[in-house]
Amino acid sequence: MRRYVLVRTLSILPTLIGVSVAVFLMIRLIPGTIVEQMIGTEGTYSEQSMRALRAFFGLDQPIHVQYGRWLGQVLRGDLGTSWRTGLPVLQMITSRLQVTLELTLGAMLVALAVGIPLGIVSARRENTRLDHTVRVVSLFSLSIPVFWQATMLILATSLWLDWAPAVDFVSPFTSLRANLAIIALPSLALGTAVAAVFMRMTRSTLLEVMRQDYIRTARAKGLREPAVVWGHALKNSLIPLITVVGVQVGYLLGGVVVTEEVFTLPGVGRLILWAVFQRDYPLVQGTILFVSLLFMLSNLLVDLVYAYVDPRIRYG
Amino acid sequence: MAEALRPLLRNRLVLFGTALILLVVLLAAFADLVAPYDPTEMKVADALKRPSAPHPFGTDRFGRDVLSRTIHGSRIALGVALSSIAIAFAAGTVLGLVGGYTGGWPDLVIGRVMDVLFSFPTLILAIGIAAMLGPGLNNAALAIAVVYAPLFSRVARGPVIAEREKDHVVAAQGLGAGWPRVVFRHILPNVLAPLIVQASVSLAFAILIEASLSYLGLGTQPPDPSWGTMLNEGRTYLETAPWMSIFPGLAIMVAVFGFNLLGDGLRDILDPQLRGR
Repeated sequence: MRRYVLVRTLSILPTLIGVSVAVFLMIRLIPGTIVEQMIGTEGTYSEQSMRALRAFFGLDQPIHVQYGRWLGQVLRGDLGTSWRTGLPVLQMITSRLQVTLELTLGAMLVALAVGIPLGIVSARRENTRLDHTVRVVSLFSLSIPVFWQATMLILATSLWLDWAPAVDFVSPFTSLRANLAIIALPSLALGTAVAAVFMRMTRSTLLEVMRQDYIRTARAKGLREPAVVWGHALKNSLIPLITVVGVQVGYLLGGVVVTEEVFTLPGVGRLILWAVFQRDYPLVQGTILFVSLLFMLSNLLVDLVYAYVDPRIRYG
Repeated sequence: MAEALRPLLRNRLVLFGTALILLVVLLAAFADLVAPYDPTEMKVADALKRPSAPHPFGTDRFGRDVLSRTIHGSRIALGVALSSIAIAFAAGTVLGLVGGYTGGWPDLVIGRVMDVLFSFPTLILAIGIAAMLGPGLNNAALAIAVVYAPLFSRVARGPVIAEREKDHVVAAQGLGAGWPRVVFRHILPNVLAPLIVQASVSLAFAILIEASLSYLGLGTQPPDPSWGTMLNEGRTYLETAPWMSIFPGLAIMVAVFGFNLLGDGLRDILDPQLRGR
């Protein structure tokens, strides 16, 4: 296992370097240089001051030198400084990270709590009316845009419950109750589509496991059906779900951008948007790199958990 | 082929999904005839009118007819989805086929680049690319294409590796066929099924991503009536004119649900192992 952990962990390094190159180039490929973007059309600038600005941003250097310098900074934990606020990018991210992590975790919990039981029920009642209904509803849930569902939830709660999303975020360490009141609805909106994915995955893997020989043996030795399902089938059928959880973290980390925007939550997702519209390139670069790193680490964790629960992977 | 598609016609959900898609396609094709008003025509005197006989979906803040804008929005949704997935399909499939068939360093390079693209959360990558290219319809389509190309590449590569060892491929090679002929004439037709399923499901997601980008202000720009842009415009008027938000959202759901139903049915039929799952 130790060897697998080491090999799998090291294997993300080339991808990480690739991601850093992609993020670095993403900003450099924008038509016109950053300097022209900054100057815009307001006022005239001499060639000399343009050159000075280019030198200030290091744009007068060859591209590989620029990348090397930037990567060196990143490896030292320095994601640069925001042009608009003058604050370190990493500080801006970490001050908003709690909201994003809480929202992602909340949505994941909603998805697991709804998706897995529905998947089990659907598989146990295969090809019944209940099964068909659950399957169609899950496909329907996959078809609802997160931001629209969020908007409709706000509309419904304001019409029927006379409730509006709080303006200011409250940390769970300040008041858990107030925090849950803020985070519950966004988690529900964001988690719905993922719940549908989990439902479908649980159903199909459980059905597959239920057709295997060892289940037939369990039945043949006289075990009752609930014991067969809960004691024998479910554990094995949930293993492939671990990988799907990893993939869905990516969906959730993207979904937080729109969810935070609709519910005006001060998270990293909204920070990315703000940076994009402010053309604050160091901030765009830093936030996208940070979120991608989170995604890669969650995938790494998922693979390690998978190898832990399924020995065939680490000895394969 | 007709024989293979027969189960599709027996599946009521697939038929329903196809009907929804046809509805959206017809609305898009005949938007000018079907829409009662010009989607960009402003009548400020009629601003924020609730749904009524002359305006079944109400009007927006400029007095524009929400029904007409929703109908015309189907053009943008379908246009962006089809063009982006067509590019992703073509580029991703070619990369997957070439990588899988040749193996060696081209496969390694393509695989690594795809790994990098897979390492970004989908919507974040689309936002990053759309921001890089600048807001707009074509750029949103290109952003979605870049996001989805790796998926097609991965779906194509797997079966190619299995297919290249088969007798009919070895025979074609033995007869002196060059690699493009072997790949596109002898291998591609046999790996097409999973790609078609992927395309159908991806179309659904492409509509959702275009709507998300437009909602965030990075896709279609006003006054063009994209469903996402309309929802963005409706945000400020949620309490006073909720119809501005309700109907474009329903339209997105209908279109995406149609493609999801079709994709699900196709997967059942083209991949018999999954039938009924």
